[in-house]
Amino acid sequence: MQWIKQLFNRRRRYDDLSVSIEEHLEEKIEELMEGGVSRRDAEQQARREFGNVALLRERSREVWQWRVLESILADLKLTFRRLRKSPGFAVTVLLTLAIGIGANTAVFSVINSVLLKPLRYPDSGRLVALWLNAPGANGMADFSNGLQLSPSMYFTFTERNQTFQSLGVWTSGTANVTGVAQPEQVRTKLISDGVLQTLAVPPSAGRWFTQADQDPHVAKTVILSYGYWQRRFGGDLSVIGRSIQVDAQTCEIVGVMPRNFKMVDQDFDLLAPLAFDRNNQKLAPFGYDGLGRLKPGISLAQADADLARLIPVWMDSWTNGPGTNPHYYETWRITPNFRLLKQQVIGNVSGVLWVVMGTVGLVMLIACTNVANLLLVRADARHQELAIRAALGAGRSRIARELLVESLSLGLTGGLLAVGVAYAGLRLLVAIGPADLPRLSEVSLDGRSLGFTLLLSVVSGLFFGSIPVFKYALGDASSTLLGTNRTASTSRARHRSRNVLVVAQVAMALVLLVSAVLMIRTFAALRNVEPGFTDPAHVQTMGIAIPELLEPDAQMVMHTQNNIADKIASIPGVTSVGFAGAVPMDNNDPNWDEMHVEGKSYVGGEPPLRLFNYVSPGYFKTMGTRIVAGSDFTWDDIYGLRMKVMVSENFARESWGSASAAIGKRVRQFKGPWREVIGVVQDVRQHGVDEAAPPTIYWPAMLNDPYTAQPTIDGPRSVTFAIRTNRAGNESFLRDVQQTVWAVNANLPLISAETMQDLYSHSLARTSFTLVMLAIAGSMALLLGLIGIYGVISYAVSQRTREIGIRLALGAQKSGLKWMFVRSALLLTAVGAVIGVGTAATLMQLMKSLLFGISPLDPFTYCTVPLVLAASAALASYLPARRAAAIDPVEALRSE
Amino acid sequence: MAKNPEHRDLFPGALEVMILQSLRIKPMHGYALVKHIKQVSDNLLQVEEGSLYPALQRMLKEGWLESEIGVSAKGRPTRIYRLTDAGLRHLDEEVVSFEKMFDGITRVLAIARA
Repeated sequence: MQWIKQLFNRRRRYDDLSVSIEEHLEEKIEELMEGGVSRRDAEQQARREFGNVALLRERSREVWQWRVLESILADLKLTFRRLRKSPGFAVTVLLTLAIGIGANTAVFSVINSVLLKPLRYPDSGRLVALWLNAPGANGMADFSNGLQLSPSMYFTFTERNQTFQSLGVWTSGTANVTGVAQPEQVRTKLISDGVLQTLAVPPSAGRWFTQADQDPHVAKTVILSYGYWQRRFGGDLSVIGRSIQVDAQTCEIVGVMPRNFKMVDQDFDLLAPLAFDRNNQKLAPFGYDGLGRLKPGISLAQADADLARLIPVWMDSWTNGPGTNPHYYETWRITPNFRLLKQQVIGNVSGVLWVVMGTVGLVMLIACTNVANLLLVRADARHQELAIRAALGAGRSRIARELLVESLSLGLTGGLLAVGVAYAGLRLLVAIGPADLPRLSEVSLDGRSLGFTLLLSVVSGLFFGSIPVFKYALGDASSTLLGTNRTASTSRARHRSRNVLVVAQVAMALVLLVSAVLMIRTFAALRNVEPGFTDPAHVQTMGIAIPELLEPDAQMVMHTQNNIADKIASIPGVTSVGFAGAVPMDNNDPNWDEMHVEGKSYVGGEPPLRLFNYVSPGYFKTMGTRIVAGSDFTWDDIYGLRMKVMVSENFARESWGSASAAIGKRVRQFKGPWREVIGVVQDVRQHGVDEAAPPTIYWPAMLNDPYTAQPTIDGPRSVTFAIRTNRAGNESFLRDVQQTVWAVNANLPLISAETMQDLYSHSLARTSFTLVMLAIAGSMALLLGLIGIYGVISYAVSQRTREIGIRLALGAQKSGLKWMFVRSALLLTAVGAVIGVGTAATLMQLMKSLLFGISPLDPFTYCTVPLVLAASAALASYLPARRAAAIDPVEALRSE
Repeated sequence: MAKNPEHRDLFPGALEVMILQSLRIKPMHGYALVKHIKQVSDNLLQVEEGSLYPALQRMLKEGWLESEIGVSAKGRPTRIYRLTDAGLRHLDEEVVSFEKMFDGITRVLAIARA
């Protein structure tokens, strides 16, 4: 720390030095005077023999300084003094940079937290999602989850694999917790043995589930999440060992998971064991997500190969019951396609994020070119001074350094402000909480984000600083000195770099505008899709689940649901009520199974799988789903267990050619009895606006289970009610509904009460998020681009005032003069637009997956955007052009 | 700005060695040092008196010298420079290397003369 001491000692050293030198001279002068010399001569002689006092003092002081650093500091001081003198310039540049760098930092932080950082599990690089491809399984294997695992698969895989340290399966659910205050609906994660071992996060209190907890015949246990523990039990450690009622079942609390522990990426309240009964498993059902921890050094491909080997073993080991073909699943072509758990969590959001990053990056580039333009103007105003300094012997590097110090300090100050902007932006983002952005809670400004800010500040500082440097510091000094602008009009060369910048800006703005317009058109296309329901803002949805322990009889479940529906219908403001196994876009498929159409033969003997839903009378009316042919179920159909069914229009067309032809035809599920089609309803986009409506079979909400030999009444215990009312989404309305439900059964909570509009908007969320980002970026780009054009033309006008005066004096027409400037702006815009269109056409291929119902080369977009840009450029240049034409020739000729 | 502030001596290090050697006798202030060096070197050193000061600062920084508040011959405040242990060691080393160099030069000159 020697140098710190030196820094503080310096003042004293300087004083010592001055005293010594003063005394040296004084002493010498006195001696000389003692020898008879006059004071004046003595002084002169003393100084002559001493040498250049100021210089030697400077040299002596320098011993204590870092010369380069201190002269840079001096440059810095000068820079800030100059910036203070032109606050307009400083504020414009700093604001531009703060917003530009801030937006980039914010988006980078999101990318860093969501895409780059490892998951918060120990050694998370070895965690994989057990993703199975099953191209033959139709809708059962979707794009986000693949084919989920069945319990029998889990047993086969976990017992016979050679590549996993541990693996397990899990599923999400809800449960009613009673006995602690009000009945409450909680989010549960049901997990098999192996899941906690795989995630390897120890509990913060108590213990994990053991294998004994997975025994279906022993007492039930649960583990609390940190949040639920805090919320419900006030973080009381004595809860371990206590019992709570979960779905009317007594469960012992054995542990509490730590804060921030999530099941893959999902929050939950309770963990409960899946407790599969190994002796009672079939090949199906496929409803569980799998995850595993690879043994060290094992690759994904090795794990794939290992479990691919086990698929036939699985089919040999289990059955779906007597008379079924266990090798039926060969037609599904099941192959493991494991992926890192992180990749599964991130899902398809990375495309959107990189597009957004690219977008804000482009905006930053445009902002930098604007700043470069401003700096060019400033340097231009100083070019005489710079030329003179160069002529007096200032080295090129010295002048370049001064210009770069200015641009770098602008960049770094902007970066400093940008950290504030980014922080505010991220707080806003987390507050808005885009629903489909995974790992949102982990988004933060960390060291890497700040490093990125620093890097971006320096790089952009160097970028916009280097342009004036190349032009003025490294240019030919003598020509600048000679070519004063007193008599000459602007030379071509002087404007070239500014023109290039404008062309680049126009091109970049065009790319952003094209992408924004494509997203707007995508959004419009999605809005035009008929989703299969109407006026979603006035449909309230909410789930009710009636657990088996609360009401064992399926018929009574139906009565309870019917009762609730009737009571809700009498709430003021309710027009109609119905319920179903699932409502559109709620990410919940009640069932998939084979559907036989009478008189039809199928390739391979097996009909394809179809989506099933279970509906009550009045459900379609409530949702606003049109009944295209036939009629709706009646309550008599339901309670009479009549052999009726409804189908979607696309299923009817596919099977019988038209909707009306379907009425009276017969179908059956699996080996069940034949059922008559009584109604055909409009297609419903069950999985989101951007996914085609799946052919769907609608069963009555109560029916005989087709899988059992004896007729057994069955129906969904967990249903979603749809309520059409103008009070949808209203708090007081939800309280009324809750009271109504409690009047029927005091142990039933409402599950996820949302309006259909919420579900619909959520399904558009990815598009609208991208749209908003691109629209903001596009308009910023347009604005910055126009400012750029305006600036260039304005400056050209101010530089050519004398020339304009001469032209006017010689009789030039004012309209011709205006046109001259507008024309030059349009020329720049045209060149930029051509480059921009080419770039956009290439880049938009990357955005293909985000577009819907529109080509990345949409001709409408590629025609309108350049036209709009040209019109705006004409306007931006017209203002300074008009000023040029208004010039008084006498004044102009007088002006310097 | 001169790139090289070293052109102050007959040859590199000569001024420093003379300063160190002078201060070895007794601590002195700036002007006394100049007078002493001029006197003993018989005005051999044709340097500006002022160039003593950058050299002094360098040597202070190296830790060969210390400065302390003192009084000049005329009774006014000035700074007295004193040799440190490190300075003494450095002087010894320099003297040895100078002697070697003079030795070498002498021999070369002797051969040239022969």
